[in-house]
Amino acid sequence: MHIAVCAKRIPLSGGRWVLTPDSTEIDTSGPSMGFTLSPHEECAAEAAVQLVEQYGGSSTVLTVGVPDSETELRSLLAVGIDRGVLVETDGREWDPQATAAVLTEQIQKGTPEGDAYELVICGTEAGDTADYQVPVRIAHALGWPVVTNVKGLSITDGVVRCERAVGSAREIYEVPLPAVISVKDGVNIPRYPSVPGRIKARKKPVDVVAGERPEPRLEKTRLDLVEEETRSAEVLGTGPDAVPALVEIFKKIGVI
Amino acid sequence: MTVLVIADHDRGVLDPTSLQAVTAARALDPQVDVLVVGADGAGVAGELAAYGASTVHVATGDGLSDYAPQAAARAAVELVGSLNPSAVVAVGTPRGNEVLAHVAAILDVPFAAECAQVTLSPGAHAIVRNRWGGNVLETSTVHSDLLVASYTAHTVKAEAAAGAGTVVEFAPALSPADTVVRVVDRAGEASSGVGLAEARVIVSGGRGVGSAEGFAPLDELAELLGGAVGCSRVVTSNGWRPHAEQVGQTGTKVAPDLYIAAGISGATQHIAGMRTSKTIVAINTDKDAPIMGYAHYAIVGDVSTILPALVAATRAAKE
Repeated sequence: MHIAVCAKRIPLSGGRWVLTPDSTEIDTSGPSMGFTLSPHEECAAEAAVQLVEQYGGSSTVLTVGVPDSETELRSLLAVGIDRGVLVETDGREWDPQATAAVLTEQIQKGTPEGDAYELVICGTEAGDTADYQVPVRIAHALGWPVVTNVKGLSITDGVVRCERAVGSAREIYEVPLPAVISVKDGVNIPRYPSVPGRIKARKKPVDVVAGERPEPRLEKTRLDLVEEETRSAEVLGTGPDAVPALVEIFKKIGVI
Repeated sequence: MTVLVIADHDRGVLDPTSLQAVTAARALDPQVDVLVVGADGAGVAGELAAYGASTVHVATGDGLSDYAPQAAARAAVELVGSLNPSAVVAVGTPRGNEVLAHVAAILDVPFAAECAQVTLSPGAHAIVRNRWGGNVLETSTVHSDLLVASYTAHTVKAEAAAGAGTVVEFAPALSPADTVVRVVDRAGEASSGVGLAEARVIVSGGRGVGSAEGFAPLDELAELLGGAVGCSRVVTSNGWRPHAEQVGQTGTKVAPDLYIAAGISGATQHIAGMRTSKTIVAINTDKDAPIMGYAHYAIVGDVSTILPALVAATRAAKE
């Protein structure tokens, strides 16, 4: 089974967000800033590696981003993904429609060996923009079924069984391959890259494709930091002595 | 004109956040058409009318008896064709976002997810939406005549206002592909526990709880208060509690009446999932922990001594 994984490089905050002077991006030049992948997408890669271990085939990670995104791509090659495709951008953001369209184009090409992908695994939503829609748009473009927000995943005889949480229960979906699945943090526990894994990752192939950004239809004009609430908690006391005061609060707000 | 709201219900039980979407839609247009999918949906029409639904469209037919996202989207697209609304909105629950993503993909229009504010202006709608779980706001223009947008749950407070609530049933035209993805079974419902998303009280534990065994008093307290147990990401990473209980940006986003954060320092990814709770109580050894900036009340000290005392005092107060 040949699997495509979609992932996105996002800024990693050291705790406090800072914007660029023109207020259109997160300032990533500070000392405590770096880049990362969302936990959902680390889980997507882990799911692909496990399925290839189980059924054979290959896995490819696709990303749309600046040339430096190769670092995050290679971090997934280090945990077992076989190869990468980087659609290179000039740093301006692509909207979800444009992102889904270029990813679909790359998925339709199949693997370099000429095999068609049978499964696309994405994170349930981007860690920064939470757009939710890229996997759904890819599925519509390919004419494949899509299950999103998946918390449990297994494949038997060409049928993908997905579980997702609803309140305290789980919903079960069963869809035939080929399919698009978006997974949620917790669907598995991503492995850490081993030292041999990291060394191998340096030699794994990454195809770089030039991306041409269409005019955005969801066009970001500015970002604003949300003012931190300046609430300061009313300290009821220290240690178990403060418990009666908290029980009074429970009564006041009507929970007992 | 009108605004079309996609309401969600689970086998006839309305998702209360849908009332937030109806309230938000009323601010955009006095005419609010609401779609509910499945014959069971007719039962929630009264509740939707009490919050301002002018017309409740109940989509019925084969394949619509349980949740099927693409089929729900087809029903919405059919209403877009007949009603010509200026916007299609829902609350940004996983189902709300999912159905809207299908609607936008079918119509090939943009979809602005997780909005905090919407100003209609066909061709160039103005929206403000949440990024990074609400830590950053994005102002955007949506270049489309029809706006497809979700509101982040709990950003709009549901307010009652009587609407006509005329019920109209219709059978949308579906292809077999529209119902390939549907709920075929459910599991884990024997649990008598209250789900995180709907719990009025959440007793949540973090690194400071120390171990899986350390959660025993949290379980007891949650039961006494008729609530659910939650936790931070480090707790699920350590395997102390199941992932389903994780509160935060990548877990479940909650807004209960009472949120007790025990031994939780308050990482931004956790705060993003619980900041809109009505009353927040922090129990922490560090009086300067970030959580103190969000809590209404705090007890400074070790959860391992405070929680058992709190369980005993709560039990005594209930008797």
